[in-house]
Amino acid sequence: MISEKYRILPGPEGFVPVTAALMGVVLPDEGGAFVEGGIIPENDALGMIAEKLASAKRPAVCPGPLLMWQWNGGAGPKAAAVRELAAACGAKIYPMPDYRAKSPRINPEIEISVNHPNITIQHNGIDVCVFVGVHSHYANFALRMIRAGTGCYTICLSDYAASDEAMISLRDVDAAKIGAITAKVKSISKGGV
Amino acid sequence: MSKNIITPTKEFEDVLTPGYKDLVANGPYNRSAPGTVDDLGSFREITEPHPHCAGCGVSLGIRLGLASLPSPENTIIIGTPGCAYFALTQSALCYSCTAFGNQNSVATGLKRMLKIRHPGKVKDVLVMVGDGGVADIGLDYTLHSWFRGENIATVMLDNEVYGNTGGQESGMTVEGKVLNMAPTGKKFPKIPVFEMAKVAGCAYAVRTTVASPKKFGTAVRRAVLIAREVGPTYVQVYTPCPTNLKFSPGKTLEAAKDVEKTYYQYEEYMTEEASAYLSRIGELKEAK
Repeated sequence: MISEKYRILPGPEGFVPVTAALMGVVLPDEGGAFVEGGIIPENDALGMIAEKLASAKRPAVCPGPLLMWQWNGGAGPKAAAVRELAAACGAKIYPMPDYRAKSPRINPEIEISVNHPNITIQHNGIDVCVFVGVHSHYANFALRMIRAGTGCYTICLSDYAASDEAMISLRDVDAAKIGAITAKVKSISKGGV
Repeated sequence: MSKNIITPTKEFEDVLTPGYKDLVANGPYNRSAPGTVDDLGSFREITEPHPHCAGCGVSLGIRLGLASLPSPENTIIIGTPGCAYFALTQSALCYSCTAFGNQNSVATGLKRMLKIRHPGKVKDVLVMVGDGGVADIGLDYTLHSWFRGENIATVMLDNEVYGNTGGQESGMTVEGKVLNMAPTGKKFPKIPVFEMAKVAGCAYAVRTTVASPKKFGTAVRRAVLIAREVGPTYVQVYTPCPTNLKFSPGKTLEAAKDVEKTYYQYEEYMTEEASAYLSRIGELKEAK
């Protein structure tokens, strides 16, 4: 049954959660952001992301291929901004350089795989994770898997239209928006919420 | 693809895992000289244990084929379900897996799209699939891609059986062969795909085995080069399956050498146009 009240909350929701889209969740237009299944102004969401990251016990940043490789001129500045954000909130970085199945398996201490991201989340006790630079179709897949099997709070900083499987997701994210989150994290760390 | 796509951003270079650092430094795309079977490379995907059964001929065929690509960074491998699918994890190259059998149709579309998207640049499309994909389920698509003269290279890794589904006979199984799922033996002869390739429009076709790695490597290399400019090409390599053909995993090369004496003798077919092209680009001097 499609419900307008369906919320995207930390799991574990179960083995195979229904996709957010199937539950009637829609993505925001420009200027909006996606928070737990609803849409709010982007500036408010920036603050919420900063609060989540600043208050996390074990935050993690998971950069995808769009940030790991110099595929275009924008990758470098954005990567630098993400690195600064990770440093500001004390997040460990778990790279996701591509989406191949790893043979025989990944090392969850140092990397995350789109095919079973819950292993890294659970192994390291990550309570807040940020997906950034991950192609949308893979991000949705992995974020839903995290929602299914863990209690991790997921944040997705999307290049394009945001991700409806993350608990908070921004759209049209560039280095400036990431810098704004970093500034808010630093502000919270100094003076409290 | 641009080599930038395999150059890490300096901001995240330090967090790249050792496997990726090795791939960037020693992977198939950063070689100064074109690959040959004399130098398989040292990156993880090539050197680590493969995901196939012990002694798998298909796995060896994949390695030798991948090591022989003239321009790996500009190559898309097209696979289809079956044992040969594991070229995905062994390649570290662009790889697309199709529905079973329609690999040459997908390859056709990709090649045409790449010509439009990257005019003036070399983009190779190599189909690397098993005998079920080429000779049974995908025979019509394969033949039609040859009839149409598509610029794609097709490599059949012929293990003469459906290996990962329990051992059913394929069209390439030899007549009379008894398999797990063919207890009374196969009732008709091996499909002559190699001969069909010659009459269906392939500019280049080779039949060989993994027991002759240099011949196979040269064949793959030439097949990809000729497919760029002249027309469709086909390489059929015998990759025996210890699990289903019931021989010791240590005797794979022996099994391949045995059939070289009978029905899998090396044969290279080349049209005059293909031969002239290879001469023009200085590739024919390796011919024996």
